[in-house]
Formats: sequence, C-alpha cells, structure tokens
Amino acid sequence: MIWAEKELHQFKDHHGEARVFAFRMVLSLFLVFLLFGLLLARYYTLQVVDHQHYATRSDSNRIHVRPIPPNRGLIFDTHGELLADNRPTFSLSIIKEHTKDLKQTIRVLAGIVEVREGDIANFYKLLKRRRRPYEAVPLRYRLTEEEISRIAVNEFRLKGVEIEAQLTRAYPLGDLFAHTVGYVGRISERELSRFDEQNYRKYSGTHSIGKIGLEKYYEKTLLGQVGTENIETNAHGRVLRVLDTIDPVPGKNLELFLDAGLQKIAAVELNGRRGALAAIDVKNGGVLAMFSAPAYDPNLFVTGISYKDYNALNQSRDLPLFDRAIQGQYPPGSTIKPVLGLGALKYGVVNFGTTIRDPGYYQLENDERLYRDWKKGGHGNKIDLRQAIVESCDTFFYGMAFNMGVDRMHIFGSQFGLGAKTEIDLPSERPGLWPSREWKKNTRGMHWFPGDSLNVSIGQGDVLATPLQLAVMTSTLASRGKHIKPRLVKKIGDTETKMEIIDQVIVDDLQWDYVMSAMEGVVHSFRGTANKISRGAKYRMGGKTGTAQKVGIAQDEEYDSEKIDERNWDHALYIGYAPADNPQIAAAIIVENGEHGSSAAAPIARKLFDAYFSQQLAREMLAEEEKLAARRTVDQ
Amino acid sequence: MRNGSQDFVRRLPDSALHFSRVQSLWRRIHIDPLLLMLLMLLTAYGLIVLYSASGQSESILRRQVVFYAVAYIAMLITAQIDLQVIRRWAVWLYLGGIGLLLLVFFVGVGAKGAQRWISLGFMRFQPSEVMKIAVPVMTAAFFASRSLPPKFAHIVICLLIIALPGVLIFKQPDLGTAILISASGIIVLFLAGLPWRYIFGSVFLLGASIWPMWHWLMKDYQKQRVLTLLDPEADKLGAGWNIIQSKTAIGSGGVYGKGLFNGTQSQLDFLPESHTDFIIAVMAEEFGLMGVLLLLSLYLLVITRGLFIAWSSQNMFGRLLAGSITLTFFVYVFVNIGMVAGMLPVVGVPLPLVSLGGTSIVTLMTGFGLLMAIATEKKRVR
Repeated sequence: MIWAEKELHQFKDHHGEARVFAFRMVLSLFLVFLLFGLLLARYYTLQVVDHQHYATRSDSNRIHVRPIPPNRGLIFDTHGELLADNRPTFSLSIIKEHTKDLKQTIRVLAGIVEVREGDIANFYKLLKRRRRPYEAVPLRYRLTEEEISRIAVNEFRLKGVEIEAQLTRAYPLGDLFAHTVGYVGRISERELSRFDEQNYRKYSGTHSIGKIGLEKYYEKTLLGQVGTENIETNAHGRVLRVLDTIDPVPGKNLELFLDAGLQKIAAVELNGRRGALAAIDVKNGGVLAMFSAPAYDPNLFVTGISYKDYNALNQSRDLPLFDRAIQGQYPPGSTIKPVLGLGALKYGVVNFGTTIRDPGYYQLENDERLYRDWKKGGHGNKIDLRQAIVESCDTFFYGMAFNMGVDRMHIFGSQFGLGAKTEIDLPSERPGLWPSREWKKNTRGMHWFPGDSLNVSIGQGDVLATPLQLAVMTSTLASRGKHIKPRLVKKIGDTETKMEIIDQVIVDDLQWDYVMSAMEGVVHSFRGTANKISRGAKYRMGGKTGTAQKVGIAQDEEYDSEKIDERNWDHALYIGYAPADNPQIAAAIIVENGEHGSSAAAPIARKLFDAYFSQQLAREMLAEEEKLAARRTVDQ
Repeated sequence: MRNGSQDFVRRLPDSALHFSRVQSLWRRIHIDPLLLMLLMLLTAYGLIVLYSASGQSESILRRQVVFYAVAYIAMLITAQIDLQVIRRWAVWLYLGGIGLLLLVFFVGVGAKGAQRWISLGFMRFQPSEVMKIAVPVMTAAFFASRSLPPKFAHIVICLLIIALPGVLIFKQPDLGTAILISASGIIVLFLAGLPWRYIFGSVFLLGASIWPMWHWLMKDYQKQRVLTLLDPEADKLGAGWNIIQSKTAIGSGGVYGKGLFNGTQSQLDFLPESHTDFIIAVMAEEFGLMGVLLLLSLYLLVITRGLFIAWSSQNMFGRLLAGSITLTFFVYVFVNIGMVAGMLPVVGVPLPLVSLGGTSIVTLMTGFGLLMAIATEKKRVR
C-alpha cells in the first residue's frame, strides 16, 4: 500500500520535476555565460586596457624587487662602549640566471679566490632554497682586498658573479662578552625549516640570526624590519635605476648594565681557571659583570665556524662553550649560611644569645654518624650565630638546621631565589636545586631525614645553585630583602627597561643588622674567614666564603688535596657586597677546584669592588671637573 | 519490478529526426562524438601550452601524454558502464571513498604540513580524487529515488552526505579541494530544485558568517591569501609575488601575445608554478587575449554540450549527475582562471585539462566518461 502510494506520488510529480530542473539548467547556463563574461572582461582589462603598464614591467628592462636588509641593532655596555658592531665586509654571490654555465663559473672562481668544498656545498643548498629567480646566492664571505681586486681583473670571465658589500656582525671585545652578548650565525637548515611565511619575509636579505646570549634573546628587537626596493635592471642584471624604495627599519640598540671594565677584571682574575663571576647592582638588579671562564671568541661563529675550530671548542675539557654563570649548577657550600641564619632568627629557632659548644662534630640522636665541622677539634665553647657565620662554624648550623626543619628552610631560602630560574634576559638558564620534602619524595621516592637538613644547612647534599642565583641571593641580603629580577639590558632603543621586584623578604630590622654585621665580620674581624681581603680597603664590605666538596669524603677519611686529582678538588666560592653600610654592588664568585673560598674566590671580589668604586670615583671627579669648567666659561 | 518507473521520456525532435546509422554506431560504443572532439581540441591546445610552460621539457610533455592516455582510457571504460549500475553502487563508492579519506589520517603521507596522499609504493594516490566523482554520484542517486523538490529532511541528509567528505578533506588541510567537492554536491541540490527560500537564506547566513569565520576558523596562511588578493603589492617578496608576476605575464601578452616560447615572464622563470596552477598566465602571455578567448570558447562549448546532455537525459539521476559534473568542471575553470588573474584568492586548483597533473586529469576524464554514459544511455522502450 505504502509503496504504491509512493510510486503514485513520484509519477505525479514527473512533469513538475523536469520543469524545475529545466529552469535551473537554463539559469545555470545563464550564470556560466555571465561569469565567463566576467573573466573575459578581467583579461581584457589586463591585456588591452592596462597592457602598456604590464608590458613595461616585463620588458627587456626587467623590474625586480630587492630586499634591503635592516641594520642590526648595536649593543653597548653601560658606559657606551661598543660590544656588538656591524662592520662592512665583502661577499661573493652568484646570480644563476646570469651565468652561462654555473659549474664552470664556480670552477673559474675557485682558481682565482679560495673556495672550499664546504662553501660550494652550502651554495647549492642555498640555491635550492631560493624563492625567486634572479636572487643572488652567496658563495664566499669576508673577501680580502686582494681577492676583490683579483675578481675585478677577471670580471669578463665571470658573468653573474657579484661582489656585495654587507654589514657583518663583529664583537670588538672578543671573548669578554662571549656568554652574555652571545653571537649571531648563519641561519641554519633547522631554523629555516621552522620559519613560517612571515619569517621568510623578515629574513629575506638577512643571512644571520642570533644563536645564543642576548643576540638570541633579543633577536626580534635587534633584527629590525626588512625594506624593499624596485629596481630596473638590464639583461645582464645591472641595476639601471631604483624606482621606489621602502626603507628598512633598523633594529633597536641595546644598552646593558654590564661594564666592560669590570668584565675585564673578571676575565683577568679568572684567566687560566674554570669559574664564573656575577655582580649585580643592589639598587636595581642590573647585572654589572657576568663572566664565565674559560670563554671563547664569538667572532669565530659569525660567518660560519670551521670544523677544526668548533671541535677544539666543543671537545675541550674546560667546556668553554658552557656558560657557567647561568648554567653551571654548583653546591653553594657555606655561602648560604647567612640566609639560613637569618631565617632561623626570624622563626625564633635561635636568638642573639643562643650559643653552643663545638667539639668539631655534631651527632643526631640514635645515629652513629658524625657530622664533621671543617675545623678539626672545633671552634670552641660559646659559639653564637655571629661567630658561626664569621668563622663558618658548621656544627652550629647542624644543630640549628635540625631544629629549624626542612620546610622552613625551604620556604625561607626560596624567597631569596634559590631553586628557581632568576628569569634573567638570557636563554637556556638553569634553575639549580633547593631541596624540599616534596622534591625528595617525587624524585627519590624517599622520606626526608634529619641528616638531609644538616647537609642542606652547609650548602651540600642536594643543594645546587648557579653563580647568578648566588649573586641574586647576595643582593637580596644586601638590600634587606628586596629580591629583584636580574637583567642585563638597561635600555632598548631609548626606552629604559623596568625593574621587577619578585619578592620582599620580611624580617625584623634588628635581625637584618645582626646578620649583616656578622657578614661584615667575615671580612673585617680578626677571625673572619675572608679577613685577608680587608687589608688596605678604603670601604667596608660584607661577605661569606664557601667551599664545596666535589667528591664525597668517607666518614673516617680526611680531605687531602695531594691525594686527589686536581679536577676533583673542592670548589672555592665567595659572595659579598659593598659598601657594608649602604650596599651598592653584590657579587658571587666560584672558582672550580679553587679549594678555598677565602684564598681563591674572595680576593677577586675585592678587586672587582675596588675597580667599581674607583671607576665611580673617577667619573664623579670628571663630572665635577666638567661642572667647574662650565662655570669658568660662564664667568668669563 | 520497476514497471512503475514511469520515467518521463523526452522526445527530442532532432534526435528523432536525424537518427542516422553513424549516430547509432557512436551510441553503441557509448561515445558522444561532439564532446570527444572538444576534449581532444582542449588536450592538444593544453599540451602545446604545457610544452612551452615547462621550458620545452620533453620529459614533462611525455609524462603528460601518458597521463592523458590513461585518462582517455578511463573515460572510455567509464562510458561503457550502465548508468543504473552506477546508481546502485553509488553508496558503496561513496563509503569506500570515505574509508580512504579516514585512512589518510592514519597512514597518509604529506608535504608542507598537509597530509593528503596514500602511498602505494610505486605511486602516490590522493583519496580526495575519488570523492570528486563519488559526491556527485551519491547525491544524484539520493535525489533520483526521491520526489522533488526535496523535502527539508532530504536536504539535511544531503548536506550531511556533502559535509562528511568536505570536513575530512578540509582537515587534511586542503581547503581548495574541500570547497570544490562540496560545490559539486551543492550543485546537485540546486538542480534538484532546492527551494529558493533556502538558497537566499543560506546566502544571507554565509554573508553574516564571514566575520566569525575570519576570526576563528581560518588559518594564518589562508588569511594571508585573502589579504594578498586584496592588496598584492603589500607583500611583494612573499605571497604577493605569484599574483604580481602572473598579472604581469597576462597583461604584457596584449591582444596577440608574444608568440610561442617567447613569453619572457614564463621562460625566464619569473612566473612560479608556471606549468601547474598558473599555466594560463603562460598562455595569456604567449598567445595574448586571442589565446585566452580560444580557451574560454572551448571550455564554454564543453560546458554547453555537458548541460545539453544533462537536459536531454531521460531520468533524474542522469540529469542531476551530468549537470553536477559539467557545472563543477565550470567551477574549476572559473576558480583557476579567476585566481591567476587576481580575482579570487589563490587556492590550489589546477586548470582542468591543461595543467600538468596525474590523478586530477584521470578524475576529470572519468567524469566525462560518466557524461558520455548518460548521453548514450539506451532509451527505455516498453
């Protein structure tokens, strides 16, 4: 029944369906004609109405769009000394379309100037990647004057070969800023494969990109915007005239807090050693000096480093490519004692009157193990917190840590930036490690033992910190709790970067006074571990030495440097700030295998501070002179 | 069983009057001679242009000739199939195509971030090509067995049939093909008599949805294409390059062109994709407006013939399918020629029967095979 109805229905509608279909068909045909007419009109416009315009465009004088690379922003130190410059160099490029025989041309070239296998391989790679015809592809960089003249003489044989002047990055101070400023290098295959359409545009005409350091971190700022020019060329690719130009926008300059003078001191002092130094302006978090030794010459990387040079750097035991200042994670040793002492005061674990008797070791209840003090036989009776900091008494801190407990130590230390990246404006910083109960459970699956707290209290065990972290910690101590994010860049273009306060540590003023006075005692009191560096100083400073074990020493064994390989000797550390009454500069120094913070690291801080204040003084005097001179001219 | 199928038999005066022996021979081998002739003219013209556009590369020409040979054979074979068989197998063709599209997601290979091919070892195969045939066949079969104009429920089902492959291809992502395949289904819907209120309603909705689509749905590279269309001069080095160069090629050709192999734009490699998507620019440069006129005329004749076949078919399936194949062909032509001239955004659509391309030519000719099958279908004489 239903079927029959359906059929009937279908039958009834046939005429109607066909009529609708026919109507739609006619409509479609009409639309097809209309749209074809539109296409024809469009082609008529292009080919007849605007023919002249397009004909000139494609005439024998062909118009090319040429990218004009922007000048990369310069980098200056805090006094305006140039750290990263753009210098004109000459490179040799080939326009494939203009050569008669590309291979032959390259062969001829190789007979005239030095062309290495690698250069040729690179050239073909770039040629394949080329996106537009008539684009010059570089074959050689940094031609010498002699090579340029030899090419000029042979010009008739070298159709399609061009010598291009371009600006190449140069680092006048060489290895002094290798790790901070970093370097640019040729855009690699991998970087290119990650480019999107927009990046392709941005980097047309630009051959290099920031690889590490500030050059990488501020790549976008330094790069600038590409410009274009329409040029008319004849059949040989000679430019006849420039039709119109969109100027490139140069990248913004960077002015740093870093001071080349201080950087030189660091380089000289750490010369021949492995280590790092970081110094921070206490008032604003600006990094005044940051150096990792040994360093390397960043200029090697700019136009492509040779395999030999790269292998030498990469395979060196001293790891020159490794930035110890922000990537080197070391046990901080006793340098964290002032922070923990301050925390213990704050939480009332100890007070100004708390004293202990130090037999040279500490023992936990029901534990055989002796937690040794670095000083055999101990520091004596009636050791208070001040003396424990001044003489770096481990026994006092063992007991204090046991009473304070890991949780409070963790919370308090974290406020000084331990265990977290400092968020400095550099890529690939490492966070160090400031252990906690959760951390141990998550990574080791074990409970926290009181013995762990004891190790933490002298900056050993699992504790790790980068030199920059220690400098931030010191600066936070020196500014009475103002934990400021460290930054290298003072000005981007004409805009000053902003200071960012991460945390404000709140501790009673008297307790700050107490700990800071103890740190002053480290340097200036007779028994202070760093008292040697106070000799002849015209200002007072606060500090703390540290020694970090690199190899474990067995329970009944003693550290003896003569029995241990030099590379396993203890690391020497020092943190300090100056002047003591109104701190301006805070620094942290680590000398790998330097053995004693007091002798290997602390003197570097003194030299650094001396230079900082004498430079300041010299500048103030100079300003005064200028003022007087100005007044004199006015008087006249 | 189908004695109830009272298909309206249109008695065309000309087909009745000139029922000569020659015509019946063509009919017996299922070939529409007029259409075949037009296609062969287009092929010949296309080969000449391709030879020039490829920088007179004989190997590319040889490749294209092989593709054509395969494509013509595919057309002739398809033309022999009984239309009712195709109609009955429509669902399986469609489902098979969907299966292949799903397969692409798992074992597909791709390039430039898109995953469109299935590798068969010796060749790569693009399942979206199957859908170019399957979608019109499926939608035509769907409406052929239902009363028209379509009811609301049927419209919804039809839209789902179209949307499923559309979305799968869009996700590959291949926006151009997704739009064209959807278009082939929507054309069927239109020819089947989609009520005007739906048509105007959806045009209105489409207009209103442009803003949200721009913000939420479109990828950056797609936005870039639209922006480039609006102002190609803004990005001379990047996306605008193609359009500027193709317009220069077309415009500099003038009325009579620069002559075969003399197009400087194309011969000196200024024009990108000159033997694939942008081939008409080569033709326009070397043969001028006259060459374009010739090409457009050939296309127009093919389309008119196709629409005539659709119009004179005896059953709704044949009508809808022929109409859809022909009009989709038109959409390809229009989109490509329009995009090269800077009227439409650059979507990867080749110029049918002229651009170098393997599977796409085979698919096109298979479609024309279906047209011939419809054109030569035996009249049901009771």
